[in-house]
Amino acid sequence: MRKTPLLLAGALAAPASAGTISITIPQVPVAEYHRPYVAAWIEPAGGGAAQTVFVWYDIKKKGNEPGTKWLSELRTFWRKGGRSLTLPADGLSGATRAPGTYQIPLPASLKTGTYTLYVEAARETGGRELVSVPLTIPAKAARAAGKTELGTVTIR
Amino acid sequence: MRPAFRLAAAAALLACATPALAHRAWLVPSTTIVSGTDDWVSIDAAISNDLFFADHNPMRPDMVKVWAPDGSPAQLQNAATLHYRSVFDVRIDKPGTWKIGTTQSAVMGSFKVDGVDWRVGGRGFGGPGGPARPVAPGATRPAGEGPPPGMQQRPSVATVAEIPANATDLKLTEVIGQNNVFVTAGAPTTTVFQPTNKALEMVPVTHPDELVSNEPAKFRFLVDGKPAAGLKVTLVPGGKRYRDGEGAFDVTAGADGVAEVKWPFAGLFWLNATTTDSHPSAPRATERRMSYTATLEVVAP
Repeated sequence: MRKTPLLLAGALAAPASAGTISITIPQVPVAEYHRPYVAAWIEPAGGGAAQTVFVWYDIKKKGNEPGTKWLSELRTFWRKGGRSLTLPADGLSGATRAPGTYQIPLPASLKTGTYTLYVEAARETGGRELVSVPLTIPAKAARAAGKTELGTVTIR
Repeated sequence: MRPAFRLAAAAALLACATPALAHRAWLVPSTTIVSGTDDWVSIDAAISNDLFFADHNPMRPDMVKVWAPDGSPAQLQNAATLHYRSVFDVRIDKPGTWKIGTTQSAVMGSFKVDGVDWRVGGRGFGGPGGPARPVAPGATRPAGEGPPPGMQQRPSVATVAEIPANATDLKLTEVIGQNNVFVTAGAPTTTVFQPTNKALEMVPVTHPDELVSNEPAKFRFLVDGKPAAGLKVTLVPGGKRYRDGEGAFDVTAGADGVAEVKWPFAGLFWLNATTTDSHPSAPRATERRMSYTATLEVVAP
């Protein structure tokens, strides 16, 4: 992937310092497929509090075993911030998504600096994967890719 | 193997029940982390050599207590004692960190009356000092309880108060221990780790429900509220059957009582520390033997 068009696209699509994350949920050829729980958060490069970007989980399932029951399967997200969220969280939580590529704006409140973006996915009867991407604000192009539960994760 | 264990247990009993026996008491929760406050954990509890394989004796559920995150007592539910393990549920209905486990406080030892050896206390079903399960005459003794039939048993008294006035060669040891697991709903809390400043205790620097294999963990050990400097802490990973060696390792607490553990891999670990001193709180005891045990779950990063 060439860097220049990505940067240009980012500059056109989002104002000033804000960037966009692009996340691909891969197709998984299995008989029993469930959409994964996916969460993303940002940690300052030098350490510090994590900021949740989004969490996708089964928001509809209620009753004995509500969708929130399995949030701790996103075990790193859970420790880094998930466990202290009250769900549903306005602007952060949403329903699980089918395989495909999704664009998510970075939080506009991020100050200039260096961070790490983490994306974690966990799938019922499937695996779990954590992908990290170095993040600079103002947003610079960066990418990483998962091997199993996540496809490419790009920042632009 | 079981007759050998039984003989070993009997020998230990005759030699005044050292808790240094290889048998390990353990609790294993179905999970240490739950998302909400409408959840349950199912806990296995047993006594065996190898962790966490239930192949010897169950732990008695009535020895197990539950502390809710605010420190108040909570209930075991659906308890059952099976042949090799017991199992019970705890309903996790409050946010924070729960403690589930056993505490032990007993006095054991020996004395002589007219040249005959007597012992004090007994090795109960669930460990030293635990109450013995009554056995009807002629009935088969449950495995692990005292010497097998035909082996000479020393006369004994149950409590220090029953020691006759003409006893000589009195040697009494106070035995104090605890064995815990921790389950957290939502964000971890620390109320259940509030030290009582009595005997050997662990106060986490790293919360036991926040253990990750690539992050060293620190635990502070106290004896009577003071740092347990130089305390040896043993960690035994579960799953020996899937390796050649047991994989146990020791770490040593510093002057501040803090022991740092670098995890070799993710998994369940049995943490155990023992220490002995000459400051028992029980009257007439001359020695104090203390132990702290916990089962810890370490996740992959």
